[in-house]
Amino acid sequence: MLPALWAVQDQFGYLPSAAVAAVAEELELVPSEVAAVSSFYSMYFSHKPGQHFVQVCRNVSCALRGADGILAHLGRVLGVEDGATTADGLFTLEGTVECLGGCGGAPMMQVDRYSYEDLTPDRCDNIIAALRAAPPVEPGRDGGPGGRS
Amino acid sequence: MADDLVLTRLVGRPGVTTLEGYERVGGYLGLRKAVTLTPEQIIDEVKSSGLRGRGGAGFPTGTKWSFLPRDVFPRYLCVNADESEPGCFKDRYLIDELPHQLLEGVLIAAFTLRVSHAFIYIRGEYRAQRELLDRCVAEAYEAGLAGRGILGTEWDCEVIVHGGAGAYICGEETALIDSLEGLRGQPRLKPPFPAIRGLYGSPTVVNNVETLSNLPFIVLEGGAAYAQRGTAASPGTRVFCVSGHVERPGNYEVPMGTTTFRDLLQKAGGVWKGRALKAMQPGGGSMQILGPQHLDVPLDFKAVADAGSSLGAGALVVMDQTTCLVDVAKRLVDFYHHESCGKCAPCREGTYFESQLMHRLEAGIASESELATLSDICANMDGRCFCPLGDTATWFVMSAYRMFPDEFLAHCGAGRCPVRAARPAAA
Ligand SMILES: Cc1cc2nc3c(=O)[nH]c(=O)nc-3n(C[C@H](O)[C@H](O)[C@H](O)COP(=O)(O)O)c2cc1C
Ligand code: SF4
Ligand code: FES
Repeated sequence: MLPALWAVQDQFGYLPSAAVAAVAEELELVPSEVAAVSSFYSMYFSHKPGQHFVQVCRNVSCALRGADGILAHLGRVLGVEDGATTADGLFTLEGTVECLGGCGGAPMMQVDRYSYEDLTPDRCDNIIAALRAAPPVEPGRDGGPGGRS
Repeated sequence: MADDLVLTRLVGRPGVTTLEGYERVGGYLGLRKAVTLTPEQIIDEVKSSGLRGRGGAGFPTGTKWSFLPRDVFPRYLCVNADESEPGCFKDRYLIDELPHQLLEGVLIAAFTLRVSHAFIYIRGEYRAQRELLDRCVAEAYEAGLAGRGILGTEWDCEVIVHGGAGAYICGEETALIDSLEGLRGQPRLKPPFPAIRGLYGSPTVVNNVETLSNLPFIVLEGGAAYAQRGTAASPGTRVFCVSGHVERPGNYEVPMGTTTFRDLLQKAGGVWKGRALKAMQPGGGSMQILGPQHLDVPLDFKAVADAGSSLGAGALVVMDQTTCLVDVAKRLVDFYHHESCGKCAPCREGTYFESQLMHRLEAGIASESELATLSDICANMDGRCFCPLGDTATWFVMSAYRMFPDEFLAHCGAGRCPVRAARPAAA
């Protein structure tokens, strides 16, 4: 079931209810059974997020190295509150994400599928500027260069 | 000292993340040797290596393997790459740097256990690592190292990389199995243990990424060579993830038992900015706090247990003198509240109340009597939850309260965090 839901989300950027129904039909289940699974996992979205999904880790290792400040900085740069999407639909900011396994490069964030580590306010500005300048990316394709770039 | 390394000795060799590059430095010789041995011979080597599971519980790997009932097929191997413990990032590192070493370990275990399908369950957030493993698995199939008639033998084994979707609990072995089956990932009642009834009701072994990554070395060099590292009680090496207030956070492979917390801290450059150590958390977010008085405790299963904590999944989170332990505890409690799977009441409700209370405490608006309530909530959770997640949700906060009672007390009714208020502005 999880691979099927990933295939849908990779194509649409979230799980539209019609697609959930199609997955249910394919797996010979009722849609509520599929919804019960998809809602359990935090990475499946029932609503379409912005084109770039910015998640700042605020668990301990990141917090110890200034994650709160990074989140506040990104909020100012993007002009949105934690959890909101920018008016142009380009960025959704989320600052309640749990440890992403990048504690060695704390503070870190994940944008779309890739991690950016050792963040400073300047580095955040550069990353956001690069994403703004990049041509629109279709969901389901690589969303950025990734790594400790 | 380089001779002492097992897991990371090949890190950084040119092209080592490709099959060709890995084979150039001796990759897959362990598997090639394994297929000439009997399963019993391999299990004996693993037992004599003294290898214990690196996923958190530290269960002896050879013993776990011998629980599989004889002659019951099909059997499955689940590779636990769900790594979501706060402070842990070693499995990601081992995948990023040496994906084929893991794959070779998976195939050795699969051969030994005669499993027909090996599933690598990798957390959804490790998307880049999932793509890397997919590529490596494809290379292995192409080279006849996976799939049908592996290395010209009669042995068939499929390897499937399966992405999770964001749920810490799916690292628990039975929840992982439920998730693989396409369900909500919630723990199952044990017994029966997965070795008897696991994935799709069949005998199943669940092993951690680091555990399996040791196998190529153990098969090639022998269990005794592995056991030469470390001490008799804690043989071998381990990769520790050091993070927090240190100069050089990162993964460090060290022999167990002969290395102390102080040595590990030194490898990571010591406490940053020349500050003093206030506390450290070994094992990952679940485990109890230790203080500067524990710096000379060796990284040995028993010694750390005697000190009141655990090596858990092999992390070390370092906190300097400016750290507010109430704030750290609040973040960990929030984590458990968020990740509670909701199956049992003590954890589902307990983590909610714990989290509410910790937020009030951190903000300085809780009263002194609420500290007793906190202890009470935790006492009603620890040992009463369906799976260890609920129990461990109380360990850090309670151990921090015991070690720093005055700091918890000072928050009560203070109207703000007294530690942060006392911190120099630049900290
Ligand atoms: C809440 C919880 C989370 C866990 N998360 C992980 C994990 O992310 N990775 C892992 O290898 N083991 C994890 N474990 C331990 C597994 O249940 C299991 O013991 C382990 O994968 C066995 O592998 P090993 O014998 O090689 O250590 C977790 C256990 C619990 C209770
Ligand atoms: S202890 Fe928590 S995570 Fe474990 S079964 Fe109960 S609710 Fe689920
Ligand atoms: S605490 Fe932020 S990545 Fe682990």
